[in-house]
Amino acid sequence: MSVFVDDDTRVVVQGITGGEGKFHTEQMLDYGTNVVAGAVPGKGGQEVAGVPVYDTVTEAAREEDADASVVFVPPAFAGDAIFEALDSPLDLVVAITEGIPTQDMAKVNKRLSEVDTRLLGPNCPGIITPGESKLGILPGNIFESGDVGLVSRSGTLTYQVVSNLTERGIGQTTAIGIGGDPIIGTSFVDALEAFEADKDTEAVVMCGEIGGEDEEQAARYIAENMDTPVAGFIAGRTAPPGKRMGHAGAIVSGSGTGTAESKIDALNDAGVPVGDTPNEVADYIEDYL
Amino acid sequence: MKLHEYQAKGIFADAGIPVPDSRLASSVDEVMDAVEDIGYPAAIKAQVHVGGRGKAGGIKIATSDEEAREAAEDILGMDLKGYTVEEVLVEAGVDFENELYVGITMDRGEGEPVAMVSTQGGVDIEEVAAETPEAIAREHIDPAFGLHPYQARKVVYEAGIERDVAGDVASIVSTLYDLYEERDAADIEINPVMVTADREVVAADAVMNIDEDALFRQPELAEMEDEAAEDDLEAKANDYGFDYVRLSGNVGIIGNGAGLVMTTLDLVDHYGGSPANFLDIGGGAKAERVTNALDMVFSDENVDAVVFNIFGGITRGDEVAKGINEALEQFDEIPKQVVVRLAGTNAEEGMEILNTDLVQVESTLEDAVQRAVANAKEVNQ
Repeated sequence: MSVFVDDDTRVVVQGITGGEGKFHTEQMLDYGTNVVAGAVPGKGGQEVAGVPVYDTVTEAAREEDADASVVFVPPAFAGDAIFEALDSPLDLVVAITEGIPTQDMAKVNKRLSEVDTRLLGPNCPGIITPGESKLGILPGNIFESGDVGLVSRSGTLTYQVVSNLTERGIGQTTAIGIGGDPIIGTSFVDALEAFEADKDTEAVVMCGEIGGEDEEQAARYIAENMDTPVAGFIAGRTAPPGKRMGHAGAIVSGSGTGTAESKIDALNDAGVPVGDTPNEVADYIEDYL
Repeated sequence: MKLHEYQAKGIFADAGIPVPDSRLASSVDEVMDAVEDIGYPAAIKAQVHVGGRGKAGGIKIATSDEEAREAAEDILGMDLKGYTVEEVLVEAGVDFENELYVGITMDRGEGEPVAMVSTQGGVDIEEVAAETPEAIAREHIDPAFGLHPYQARKVVYEAGIERDVAGDVASIVSTLYDLYEERDAADIEINPVMVTADREVVAADAVMNIDEDALFRQPELAEMEDEAAEDDLEAKANDYGFDYVRLSGNVGIIGNGAGLVMTTLDLVDHYGGSPANFLDIGGGAKAERVTNALDMVFSDENVDAVVFNIFGGITRGDEVAKGINEALEQFDEIPKQVVVRLAGTNAEEGMEILNTDLVQVESTLEDAVQRAVANAKEVNQ
């Protein structure tokens, strides 16, 4: 079992004719993902890596019976591209693009509340159900199929933690990148809810970081609603206040909210152990299984 | 990106928000010319990107030529929390009865902008928010519809603004929201809005932070970016296009991906070291970018040892290894010991081409960090 994507997921790639779009379409196809169409305005009728390209997402979804899209569209046009995907309509939209203006995402966020589509990201590495399907840029070879769910705000940190798990023979049901921006679609709570409902997920890793209060909300959700054990990691313990640490969402406010400490405390209070190192997170997960 | 007070006030004034008469000055003579135009009392205010300027001695009120000259001499060139003051705003003093607060920001939890109004202006508004949150009225704004006029009135009345100025304050709230949206602001704030004895409202300060991700469509604001406001290394990082934050320690850190670089910093701290910087080379970095990253950390005199942590997804280990080799082969003697850890995409190819005469190699994150911390300690012995 898995959450959000499996080997039936049929994918449109928005921005498939760009460098990133093309490269990762090939990678996704190699992994076994059903990439069934591309969508790029003005490029309809072309083919990329054997995949037919359409001018609109709606047409691509209709003609190829797609139910998900991956967005590799540059930041200036990505907000519009997500709106198009939400209008198509699809079940899942994965936005890889980094650097979308926050006010564009506020409008997208408003639209999301009016439709049945799930958004992952933006500024995320995507989602993978090992052995079945990957939507995004995650390196497929480090993942193994298994029974641990993973949700993370950071791409490379996901790879680090997954490699710590896989090296010990601990595989994953699904790994979900939710993105490092201030306004994102799917939250920790949404992902945890899905893992809690998935009978094959025996334990969950949650990787958070400084900024915002999503981890604190997740901690409350875990305490009240989860039987599946969770182990956590929070990046940014050494981050100074007021500085943006790479991710647009990773900034500790001057007033002291969004700190690593407040997130770690909240998780500990909810019974979630938080590793000092990624390897320690794997230790906790090993103990659970 | 932060705008200076004088820049934000220029934008506010163009949009119709009342601001005091003012001039920008960068020398004592220019300050004296300005006070001659404006008259007394005049406020002389340092234009630097730090909060709490007043408390730190960066704002002085002058009531005579003698005081104006003294204030100009004190403030111009002074060091304010690490920034040298190169410009001051000379501004007509406002005789006020009340000080109000008006601001618009993004409530990231709700994913919506929020307008805030309070009668407790003129003080640290974050303290007010923490201690008496009820003293700040808030109104969330649907980003698809924008701020309706009734919402501006509502938040002003809820804040308890006196009736005779409520209409003018509501008008400021509406104008600020228009600017927030048009200019892609992240925060926009007036603290204080002064209410004069004649019941006029005046923006006595102006804060405007712009969403850096939106600068591509705000070319006029992008030009206002003040490189002097950054430290030299931060300006260099900007030129190279890196996400970089300078810290106070001595272990230089280079990695890919914000979450993993932050984690590397945290591990340096965990193993008893002290991080000198955050440097994210980003996704898909090619050899030249890697060379630039090493140039960055080598130019930081605080750095005693370096750890290079790459977990490739988009980024390819062989490209990184090539960049490290190219960068280090330029030196007769490598200035600081570099520990490299490569994992993920093409990591094996990377390890094969990496010149291990020039760097130390570790295969896990933990080992790499511990070795770099040990190297830094050795330098200091």
